[in-house]
Amino acid sequence: MTTLEIAALKVSIGGKEILRGVDLALEAGRVHGLAGESGSGKTMTGLAVLGLLPHGARVSGAVRLGGRDLLALPLKELNRVRGGEVAMVFQDPATSLHPMLTVGRQLTEHMRHHLGLGKAEARARAVELLGKVRIPGPAEAYGRYPHQFSGGMRQRIAIAIALACSPKVLIADEPTTALDVTVQAGVLRLLRGLCDELGLAVLLVTHDLGVMSAVADEVSVMRDGLVVESGPRGRVLREPEHPYTRSLLESLPDAEAR
Amino acid sequence: MTLPTTLLAIDDLVVEHRSPGRPAVRGVAGASLSVSPGEVVGLVGESGCGKSTLARAVCGLNPITAGSIAFDGQPVTPLGLRRRKLTGIQMVFQDPYASLNPRRRVGDQIADGLRTSGDTATSPADLLERVGLPRDFAGRHPHEFSGGQRQRIAIARALAARPRLLIGDEPISALDASAQSQVARLMRDLAVDSGAGLLFISHDLSVVRLIADRIAVMYLGRIVEVGDTAEVWASPRHPYTQALLRAVPRPDGMGTLPEELPGDVPDPADPPGGCRFSPRCPFVMDVCREKEPEFGPVACWLHEPR
Repeated sequence: MTTLEIAALKVSIGGKEILRGVDLALEAGRVHGLAGESGSGKTMTGLAVLGLLPHGARVSGAVRLGGRDLLALPLKELNRVRGGEVAMVFQDPATSLHPMLTVGRQLTEHMRHHLGLGKAEARARAVELLGKVRIPGPAEAYGRYPHQFSGGMRQRIAIAIALACSPKVLIADEPTTALDVTVQAGVLRLLRGLCDELGLAVLLVTHDLGVMSAVADEVSVMRDGLVVESGPRGRVLREPEHPYTRSLLESLPDAEAR
Repeated sequence: MTLPTTLLAIDDLVVEHRSPGRPAVRGVAGASLSVSPGEVVGLVGESGCGKSTLARAVCGLNPITAGSIAFDGQPVTPLGLRRRKLTGIQMVFQDPYASLNPRRRVGDQIADGLRTSGDTATSPADLLERVGLPRDFAGRHPHEFSGGQRQRIAIARALAARPRLLIGDEPISALDASAQSQVARLMRDLAVDSGAGLLFISHDLSVVRLIADRIAVMYLGRIVEVGDTAEVWASPRHPYTQALLRAVPRPDGMGTLPEELPGDVPDPADPPGGCRFSPRCPFVMDVCREKEPEFGPVACWLHEPR
């Protein structure tokens, strides 16, 4: 079942074409990986879904979610989708969390807005979420500030914030790039588990094909604003059809040592 | 004294961070390591394990609490405010957006290094060419360059002083994935070509494996395993090294989730007794909780030398 569909998405900024017709379909309970080098348009695709493109960007095509086209929605309705039905996790938890607000405040603000929860209800749900992403001592963590947590913990908190309003779609833009490998392993396991448990449709943007191989079900490879190859993980990574995918796989340190 | 065959010898180094009202934190707690001329040593470990503190101590940027660092047989002294005798060690820092002076032309910044080494024959443009940039970039300012280009300029500036030991403190972690292995390989080639040693610090095992001759693995202020890169990669002996390598996801298309290392890195202000890895180690024995394994190359009671 397709939850979110991106069709013929084109984005140009200042006359320069960044995306040149991207088609992707995200399914519930599946992780869709988006790979490619920097500058290939991976991040822009994620941002376009949420209408977070830089000022002056021109967009065409469609992003369909539950019978609506997100690109055509008025701002007020789009705001109901953002953080509610579609949530995002950014690369660097050190900058995506507000340094001067407590974790609890950042976890409950959008819940109260989107779900209309009361203070106590929101707090109870926030503590539950912190437990779900395995933050030790969730009740105490609620009142702490981001700098009191390690990088991996901060990214877990960012994931908890994204999940707070029970979204249908989660966009994760390089969620583990800023983390150590041992911590990355934990965050990847968490993402995969949440995707299976909650039936989330996840768009995982990453340049790391190892990460891709570990969690993604479907893999799409982007280059110069176009999806050049798309298919099940096993096929794309083991029997790539497009020469660009092959060159990406060959440039890995592991391939060289072979 | 005999002629030193090792360029840099770190022996039982201890570096403490002091802050008022708190106990001193041992960033580096008894680490020993050596680098020979023309050798590339990769230092890996999780964030907060003391890699950067060790590198800064080698450069004289952090005062030493105990132990010794010898460069060419001479002890490394803390860096003075204005004068530095020790130009044989040069460092490339993590963030090229912060390490280059934004108000000076890159050619002038490289020329500073040339002046230190008394080199009048080489021009900044020659060095730019060596790091793979066009010669006419010397007249530009840092903001005109991308992250990868800036890091190349930082490398050119470090090389200008003719170092015999080059230190890279996470020099690639601020760069794009596509630029990372290029810059790492460039550093290796330039250091080895000039006969200098390279101490390359990174948390990215796959890159270190690509360029290092030897790998040293650090955990909570101590070096737990040192060995030949291929050997360590193929058959890691310390349980921590094993866990670290198992956590690297492999692009085989099989969908295997990388293994998670249970627990968190303990607080370096209050390290566990005995072996520092014992609370997280899957093979923990009684002796591990009581005595710290103070031997090498694998600091683990399972691999005690007899």
